[in-house]
Amino acid sequence: MSVAVELRHISKRFPGVIANKDVSMSVETGTVHALVGENGAGKSTVMKILYGMQRPDSGEILVNGTTVHFKNPNDAIEASIGMVHQHFMLADNFTVLENVILGSEPQHGITIDFAAARTKVVEMAAQYGLEIDPDVLVEELGVGQRQRVEILKVLYRGARILIFDEPTAVLVPQEVDDLFNALKGLRAQGMAIIFISHKLDEVLRVADDVTVIRAGSTVAEVKSKDVTARQLAELMVGSELPQPSTHGDTRRPEITLALKDVSIPTKSGSRDLISHVTFNLHAGEVVGIAGVEGNGQAELVEAIMGLRDYTGVIEFSAANINDLSVAHRRDLGIGLIPEDRQRQAMMMESPLWENRILGHQRGKPVMNGFVLDMKTIMTDTKSIMEEFDVRAPGPQTLAAALSGGNQQKFIVGREMSKAPSLLVASHPTRGVDVGAQGAIWEELRRAREKGMAIVLISADLEELIGMSDRLLVMLRGVVTAELDPAKTTPEQLGSAMTGAS
Amino acid sequence: MKKLKLSTVALAIAGPLAAAVVSITISSLAVLASHKSPIDAYKTMWDFGTTSGSLMQMLNTATPYYIAALAIAITFRAGLFNIGVEGQLRLGAIFGAYLGAKFILPPVLHIIAIMVIAMTIGGLWAAIAGYLKVKRGVSEVISTIMLNSLAGGLSSYLLANYFVDRTTNSNNMSTKTLPASGQFPDLMPLLNKFGVEDQPGGGVYGMLVFAIALGFVFWFVINRTRFGFELRASGSNPIAARFSGVNSKRMVFVAMALSGAVAGLAGLPAVLGETHAFNMGFRTGIGFSAIAVALLGRNNPLGMGISALLFGFLEVSSRSLELIDIAPETYVIMQGSILLSSVIAYEVVRRYKITLQSKELAKAVAE
Repeated sequence: MSVAVELRHISKRFPGVIANKDVSMSVETGTVHALVGENGAGKSTVMKILYGMQRPDSGEILVNGTTVHFKNPNDAIEASIGMVHQHFMLADNFTVLENVILGSEPQHGITIDFAAARTKVVEMAAQYGLEIDPDVLVEELGVGQRQRVEILKVLYRGARILIFDEPTAVLVPQEVDDLFNALKGLRAQGMAIIFISHKLDEVLRVADDVTVIRAGSTVAEVKSKDVTARQLAELMVGSELPQPSTHGDTRRPEITLALKDVSIPTKSGSRDLISHVTFNLHAGEVVGIAGVEGNGQAELVEAIMGLRDYTGVIEFSAANINDLSVAHRRDLGIGLIPEDRQRQAMMMESPLWENRILGHQRGKPVMNGFVLDMKTIMTDTKSIMEEFDVRAPGPQTLAAALSGGNQQKFIVGREMSKAPSLLVASHPTRGVDVGAQGAIWEELRRAREKGMAIVLISADLEELIGMSDRLLVMLRGVVTAELDPAKTTPEQLGSAMTGAS
Repeated sequence: MKKLKLSTVALAIAGPLAAAVVSITISSLAVLASHKSPIDAYKTMWDFGTTSGSLMQMLNTATPYYIAALAIAITFRAGLFNIGVEGQLRLGAIFGAYLGAKFILPPVLHIIAIMVIAMTIGGLWAAIAGYLKVKRGVSEVISTIMLNSLAGGLSSYLLANYFVDRTTNSNNMSTKTLPASGQFPDLMPLLNKFGVEDQPGGGVYGMLVFAIALGFVFWFVINRTRFGFELRASGSNPIAARFSGVNSKRMVFVAMALSGAVAGLAGLPAVLGETHAFNMGFRTGIGFSAIAVALLGRNNPLGMGISALLFGFLEVSSRSLELIDIAPETYVIMQGSILLSSVIAYEVVRRYKITLQSKELAKAVAE
């Protein structure tokens, strides 16, 4: 086997920031090489340098043993490097064939030689196991198939070295399997594949070699068969990982939240979005709601918050709250970390201090009667930022300028600052780095000990099992099982979620 | 941090400056197209526009623009668009003038009563659009445009058939003249004390002071109260606002009605300060020009004040263009090009600002 690409001591500084410092990796032909690291560790900069989008300040890039200097992506494509972007760049109203050849159309006089293009694309698709109908419009394709078109596009331009930037972020599990099969096919054809990800279980499934990058520098290059996901994660973070876990039974006798036969019927009369959901939640207890996304969890949250009409009864601290508005419920002491932070919990173009107010605008500490208490808001915003390690210059920074993880920490901090007696937390650690994840878990643990009741919804099964006192499994809007997390493995929970057990 | 502030200031100036250059270029081209010298045109406008008589007219033009722009800004801030200010202020003015002449109250109270009437009528008229939006999902843009037509017809009909004062024999149909207690005092006597001389046809609406005060109230309510916060939240992210406990339907209705109430006041400076009645000469187009004023002023009370004055100045001074044989409508081109170039400039600056902040942030994190 020969080395397809080699990076030697690459460094890149941006004004004030060192993005890469002494990054080295070498990718052999016929292998899948994963590049892993936390968000902000410098993975994308490495790839942008390799793809000619940015030039390194120092260091060398070698392709097939020769030193290269890319000025722009065209140079990289020329050197048979191709990039499959995370966000697809396809024309929706073009067919698959048209998209694949777009920008490098085979000419026949002044017209495009579609026949030749078609033969080549169909051949290529068969050769690499990427079968797809070349004449269907891209807008009719699902996400997984669109990705295939992207891959074909890159191959059509003669790429032998393929960079995949977080390719599984947008895929459902079945599509991930298909993608991995395709990657194996490409590998067998002698391609070199660079796979950027922070999903370690996927990395271990598909990669032969793994390069770990931390704070802009490569810290390890290992064979994937020699490491576990945990070891990789610890290499990424540089310290021991936080564990989702709780200690002891902090359950108190009083019932904070009670759902009695709660259903959300649809207007069309088809299957209820959630159906006859009944459970009690005690103070100091965490109930985890497990389920494949789209099985009624979002609707359950909306019912509890009063964002959606429902039948049945919801009681909070033993009082019926059916007729109360969202505002009223929040004021009673129900906090919410919604699943989609940018859409449901933030004003992206407003400064952090205004985002501090959102959802808490009806009382102390941010209000003085009907008037904003600016002084308290500012100091309070600063203290949330300190306590929850929100990395931003100050309360005047626009929410849009923050990374997703920092936005999430800010939202968690905001909701916890009111010490609600019930917290509805949808995916509280989604998209945050490992350090922040540990901090958020610690906050939830402490609140639970102080008697907060928590409804935890998550797609992270280890988080659900580790943090919950009790697990409810939702399938098609119905609670199908109640499990004891102490006696449940992620595999068992996973099969309960799909209804396979 | 210091550097950030410096660049923030630079950014704030760069936008309007670029917009000014572009709009002057476009306007100059328009003048050139009619084979006249743009420099002559600007000089004539400046010379004429800076006489004290013109400046007084500028203030009188700007006052209703400003009040109407405040009304529109309320809806912009809430993520809505009230194009119906024209109709709302018209109905507010005619009802205020007609009903206001029917009773006599002590001086200040009488004016307040007329204002309340105008606000109620304007608010109710706009509330129709709010109701339609909340209950039936009708776009407020469409419904307010339609309500403008209705208001125009309705006010003419009411004036001709019911509100006209038949005791005077004038060609200009008019409501009955307001009693002295219902007339807003002119600022001229006050200006005289500061050495400003009377001008032919001059006078400065007393409601100028009221409009400035209204600007302060606007700022406070929008930026510093719970209601203002919820209104802005609904405008910048309606879903997050709903999740935070804002009743979005109620907010739509209230914002529309409030906007209409403020709009109802915009016809009063002339009615209370000059004509002392509603007549057929009532100025049209205030509500439309005010949209431009609000956009140019970025819904900010100070910004809208400056842009109201600018539009007032251009409108008054452009009348002098006729003297050198240029169509005074060139003013419309100027107004349009200023608006277009500044809206574009603001957007560019806004995007650049976010990029800049992200970079600042990356730096801060790296340190």
